[in-house]
Amino acid sequence: MNTNQDILLTIAATLRSFLDPLLGNPDVVDVTMYGVALAAILGIIFGNAVILVWAERKVAGYMQSRPGPNRVGPIGLLQTVADTIKLITKEDIRPKGVDRWVWFLAPVVLFVPTLAAYAVFPFSEGLIAVDLNIGLFYFLAVASTVTIPFLMAGWSSNNKYSLIGGMRSVAQMVSYEIPLVFSLIGVVMLVGSLKMSSIVEAQSGIWFIFLQPVAFLIYVIAATAETNRTPFDLVEGESEIVAGPMTEYSGMKWSLFFLAEYANLFAVSAIATTVFLGGWQPPPMPAVMRDAVAFIPGWIWFAAKTYFMIFLFMWFRWTFPRFRVDQLMSFGWKVLLPLALANILVTGVGIYAYRIAIGG
Amino acid sequence: MQTQTFELNMGPQHPATHGVLRVVLELDGEIVVKATPVIGYLHRGIEKICENRTYVQSIPFTDRMDYLSGMNNNLAICQTIEKLMALEIPERAEYIRVITAELNRIASHMITIGVLALDLGGWTGMVYCFRDRERILDLFNSLCGARMTFNYIRVGGVGWDLPEGWLDECRRFLKDLPEMLKTYEDLISGNEILQMRLKGVAPLSAERAIAMSASGAVLRASGVDYDVRKANPYGIYDRFDFEVPLGTSGDNWDRFYLRYLEIIQSARIIEQALEQIPEGPVMAKVPKMIKPPVGEVYHHVENPRGDLGFYLVSDGSPKPYRWHARRPAMINLQLLDELSRGTFIADVVATLGTLDPVLGEVDC
Amino acid sequence: MAISLLEKYSVDEVFAPFQEVVQVEGEGVSQAVVVPKEKLVTIMEHLAQNFSLDYLSDLTAVDRGEKGFEVVYNLFSISKKFELCVKTLTSQSEAEVPTVIPVWPGADWMEREVYDLMGVTFAGHPNMTRLLLPEEFEGHPLRKTFKLQSRA
Repeated sequence: MNTNQDILLTIAATLRSFLDPLLGNPDVVDVTMYGVALAAILGIIFGNAVILVWAERKVAGYMQSRPGPNRVGPIGLLQTVADTIKLITKEDIRPKGVDRWVWFLAPVVLFVPTLAAYAVFPFSEGLIAVDLNIGLFYFLAVASTVTIPFLMAGWSSNNKYSLIGGMRSVAQMVSYEIPLVFSLIGVVMLVGSLKMSSIVEAQSGIWFIFLQPVAFLIYVIAATAETNRTPFDLVEGESEIVAGPMTEYSGMKWSLFFLAEYANLFAVSAIATTVFLGGWQPPPMPAVMRDAVAFIPGWIWFAAKTYFMIFLFMWFRWTFPRFRVDQLMSFGWKVLLPLALANILVTGVGIYAYRIAIGG
Repeated sequence: MQTQTFELNMGPQHPATHGVLRVVLELDGEIVVKATPVIGYLHRGIEKICENRTYVQSIPFTDRMDYLSGMNNNLAICQTIEKLMALEIPERAEYIRVITAELNRIASHMITIGVLALDLGGWTGMVYCFRDRERILDLFNSLCGARMTFNYIRVGGVGWDLPEGWLDECRRFLKDLPEMLKTYEDLISGNEILQMRLKGVAPLSAERAIAMSASGAVLRASGVDYDVRKANPYGIYDRFDFEVPLGTSGDNWDRFYLRYLEIIQSARIIEQALEQIPEGPVMAKVPKMIKPPVGEVYHHVENPRGDLGFYLVSDGSPKPYRWHARRPAMINLQLLDELSRGTFIADVVATLGTLDPVLGEVDC
Repeated sequence: MAISLLEKYSVDEVFAPFQEVVQVEGEGVSQAVVVPKEKLVTIMEHLAQNFSLDYLSDLTAVDRGEKGFEVVYNLFSISKKFELCVKTLTSQSEAEVPTVIPVWPGADWMEREVYDLMGVTFAGHPNMTRLLLPEEFEGHPLRKTFKLQSRA
């Protein structure tokens, strides 16, 4: 385990010791610290969106043998900032026929579960907003509500393209939710806990990607579908249904959808890191080397792995064409789901056999 | 449960309708019950305009019909006028015509392949196709100063001779072509999702394709061996050794893949033409004011979208009495409805992509 | 090289059952067969079935002024590589010919285009509406009586 105190944890501890005498009541301090954590998470989401939008365009450029954004700021880093300013200052158009409140609420509601999901991400040892004992379950429960705002947006826009997109999003997200959850169950069976920190610590010896390769594969596929990214971007399906539920949105409301998309992308990548790639722990390596890299804080490892996963998702997006809706459904139900179930069975048998072997 | 179909208006402003095509879709959920193409948004009355211009003045208008294959259109109208005048044109001009027309076919097919990939959600494939097509457009640019509206092929030959080093540049392009095709194979046609999306969708039988007057890759995908370059050779096409790739089932995949194969055949033709091209004049003796004898003529050529024909009626005056174009893209587009029925919305986009209409030509 | 059907067979051979009504017009590239519109569909069926002119290359119309409208059919045989130009005439006042959709369904849009731009109606066409121009457009632009506005 890491003996060096993490710099972020030090900051948190300092802040707490500073607040303690100031506020007196420890409960108030706790609540204030949650507020700080929330602010930090918002910072992560916005900061990430800025980086990811830029990164996506750079990756796209790299895939398509062109430079990508390179005008605003060094290597185009400020491009997203410029885009954000443009989006914020844009006129907020509300089409005539929309269902006013539902239409207005959809992007806001979409953002809430995304934000809430971040509460249980173990960025590093101890660096977790709330280490719930049902952390993984909480994430799945919260993330699954993302379907509703898409349907809200699709329905309330009073546009046929939006409606088709909204219906597709429900069908797609519900269908891929199941293999997604089932792929994680194998890991939960191995760990025997839903607590995020326990899942990470259980991987100190070997990452679960090696114990559960099939589950990882299913997870990556289902997560791509959950985030509506190519080859599963039927919800937006630009060349078919214009922009799906987002067709009628503009300006800041539209950018909230955009923000949520990237926040979700980060979220599923973070879960992949936590559950399959050893979370904040450095890669398995000999003890000598482990000491040599001990100065690197856990959240750097976590971020590196998460960004690797994000790159993977971006890679998919810029090389694959899109599925058709019936192919999407049959793939989800006829391939992924049986595979996930089989994986659970095999894992269960494996655990049983292992117990017998060690004489349990 | 009682259900109802609903109408979806796709276009004229839509990311996947290749311009200003409007398709009124009647949908049962995601399944298409009926697809009615509504055309005419780009109608400029080219036929009427050309009847009020001299013969030579009508050549630039053909560039603006199917703007992705200007050379082939120039070739078609010039050969029609020449046929009417019974004009012989110099050898070198014939070869230049073949080289430019075939290069243009490759460029046009690259767009078709790339845009189809884009319609199916594969952005990157499109970018590579457009990048490579730019090489051809650069060649044309150095040849006649225009990337798309060439007006290079003229009545009696071509506008002027090739610039120095142009043929070498052309050879270099042909040398790089196999690698480009390899990229498309890796990125587009080799992709399993793309194959899943196209194979077996919207098949067209050979009898139906002929009855519907389909032409080009749409007809050949159904297995009908009809390529004007072979069936009714024009210019010097009978001197070249090339094959006409044929499909079997006439589904979207065949229509798509045929274009890929046609690029290879076009490259073969260009290679032979580059070897055989003689020195000499590039323009026949043509009077300043062209007044073809009284009569009428129908002449057709194989343009990238199909059988492009021109029907000219001359009354002996400097202006054509009747100037009519048989536009393959328009006639192929008729098939959209019957091919789309029973498929998904996403397939309509793919079918449209494989029918490959250029709205400038459809609407004329 | 495709050749005209009339180079291979004589007019009498091709149009044996309709000899009295068929005329050959023009020479060389302008050669065409003129048939009366009453017999048009029967003759087209005959050509399509017995001489495998199975492919309707082109369908258009020419405004011949006083003589009326000339509807031009360019036919092609994919298997035998023949071509043939068939024409039929209709008077200015009547401006109607029978549709050839029963023989070649692909004539649908071509006939609609002729109707739209030339104002020749095709009797029996299932959907005789404008194809390119808007519904409210008045007149038929390809008629010689339709003058282009002079340029400003």
